Amino acid sequence: MLSLLMFGTFTYFLVFHYGALVGNVIAFKDYVPFDGIWGSPWVGLDNFQRMLQDGDFWHSVINTMLIAVLQLVFYFPVPLALALLLHSLTWGTVRRFVQSVAYLPHFVSWVIVVALFQQVLGDTGMVNGFLGDAGLHTVDIVGNPDAFKPLVVAQVIWKDAGWGTIIFLAALSQVDEQQYEAAAIDGAGPWRRFWHVTLPSIRPVVVLLLIMRLGDILSVGFEQMLLQRDAVGPQAAEIIDTFVYYQGIVGGDYGYAAAAGLFKGLIGAALVYAANKVAHRLGEQGVYR
Amino acid sequence: MSTQARPGWMEKPRPVTQAGKVVALVAVVALVCVPFLTIVATSLASPREVVANGGWVLWPQHPTLDAYRDILDGGIVTHALGVSVGVTLIGTLLSLAATVFLAYALSRPQVYGRKPILLLVLFTFLFPPGMIPSFLVVKELGLLDSYASLVLPVLVNVFNLVVLRGFFQGIPEELYEAARLDGAGDLRVLFSIVLPLSKAALAVVGLFYAVAYWNSWFYASLYMESDHWPLQQVLRTYVVAGEGLTDTTTGEGTVNAPQTVQMAVLVLATAPILLVYPFLQKYFTKGVLTGAIKS
Repeated sequence: MLSLLMFGTFTYFLVFHYGALVGNVIAFKDYVPFDGIWGSPWVGLDNFQRMLQDGDFWHSVINTMLIAVLQLVFYFPVPLALALLLHSLTWGTVRRFVQSVAYLPHFVSWVIVVALFQQVLGDTGMVNGFLGDAGLHTVDIVGNPDAFKPLVVAQVIWKDAGWGTIIFLAALSQVDEQQYEAAAIDGAGPWRRFWHVTLPSIRPVVVLLLIMRLGDILSVGFEQMLLQRDAVGPQAAEIIDTFVYYQGIVGGDYGYAAAAGLFKGLIGAALVYAANKVAHRLGEQGVYR
Repeated sequence: MSTQARPGWMEKPRPVTQAGKVVALVAVVALVCVPFLTIVATSLASPREVVANGGWVLWPQHPTLDAYRDILDGGIVTHALGVSVGVTLIGTLLSLAATVFLAYALSRPQVYGRKPILLLVLFTFLFPPGMIPSFLVVKELGLLDSYASLVLPVLVNVFNLVVLRGFFQGIPEELYEAARLDGAGDLRVLFSIVLPLSKAALAVVGLFYAVAYWNSWFYASLYMESDHWPLQQVLRTYVVAGEGLTDTTTGEGTVNAPQTVQMAVLVLATAPILLVYPFLQKYFTKGVLTGAIKS
């Protein structure tokens, strides 16, 4: 009975995941919608060859990795810092209130986040209103290709830094209170306690998250980019996923787009797999507890 | 966690540190809240006041619900709201049911074929099929421009599945044994023992699904014609991308909706999230974390 239910529900994965996975064969075909997936002619690796010579494709790869690295440098430390701040609060009510407020943007859609940023930072937005009233120079941020990458990172910080604290807070709450007490009695001040007790105890989590993010370097928020690509242009905002979308869905060049998507999927899976291996290896050696 | 509990060994914090923390906390709360505040205020202001102030207000002088009356008057936004509510309710129910059945089957050790199915499910997490083939599957199945295309392709979320499965596995084996001795079948055990014990986990997973369905717009832009769009896609088109609406008075040409109306749509699209958030908040810190850490 349960087996029946299980296989029944699994048909969902069979159709929409494995069916689609098989559909990737069109990456090796010159897909013509009228002829269907199986009727279209095989073209071998032509799509991949074309991709490797396509400057626009490589531009999207570079953009993707650039944004991922910017996020790693400027976003990654924020949840950690915020978690340390929240953890240091001894007043539970305030702490829970700030936590609740900080988690909230995670649950709001990207459409709303982008609209909010327009409303606050756009050229007729709130910040420029204040700057104008004060007789200062207004800032050109939303819709400006040069400011796009910092804007993207700021949006990610606003949306997910609060939510990102959860895993660090969990790690911080695991630290034995007695270690702090013992260190304090031995004469260690707040900074030395932070350096010798707090930091080592959250190190495994930090390393793990860092490695996982590196493994996921070919993915940056697709919806976030797609929503803003038209406003700033592909030069600033094209990432691999939007490249696939514009080539395939918009341009109708399905086989070529599928090839680029498959390329990303394969390299991405290999990177995640490698990252997992590295994390496991470090996990075996790097445990100080 | 009692309030104001500073352990005896901890030195009194320096005033500078305290002040710095207060500033940081106020900044965090303000950065999150002020954007929401200004869209609500702008949606409630009169169009003239908004234009006079350059496109936004923080506090409406003469609050009015006109903008909301406009958008709830049976036009595009009203229809889109209906689509969003329908897809969210039906989608959440279907997703929850499918996830419960699969998670339950995958959590019982005696189920035939459990191991390979679990591996196949987890593999989809590592290797997503990709946008183009997914689109073609929906197209081949004839689901284009049907509401099913907004639900079926995203029916089961593997993360939610793993959370529920972890939760079900945490239920003591003795309870299953006892029920089986009483002659209860697998489904009976699921409905009379497992589900009542899993209310918190079900609430979290259900709310996660509901939030995801409510927030979804990309699949609608991919699969649906514009007269079947949900609210988020309408918001994206007319507010974020700033496309004009067909002028309803003349029937030709396009006009941009006034800022107050745009902000009212934005508030409408945000409000359900803000409303369910306190409930979500109550559960997820314990429910999700325990499940996620186990996996």
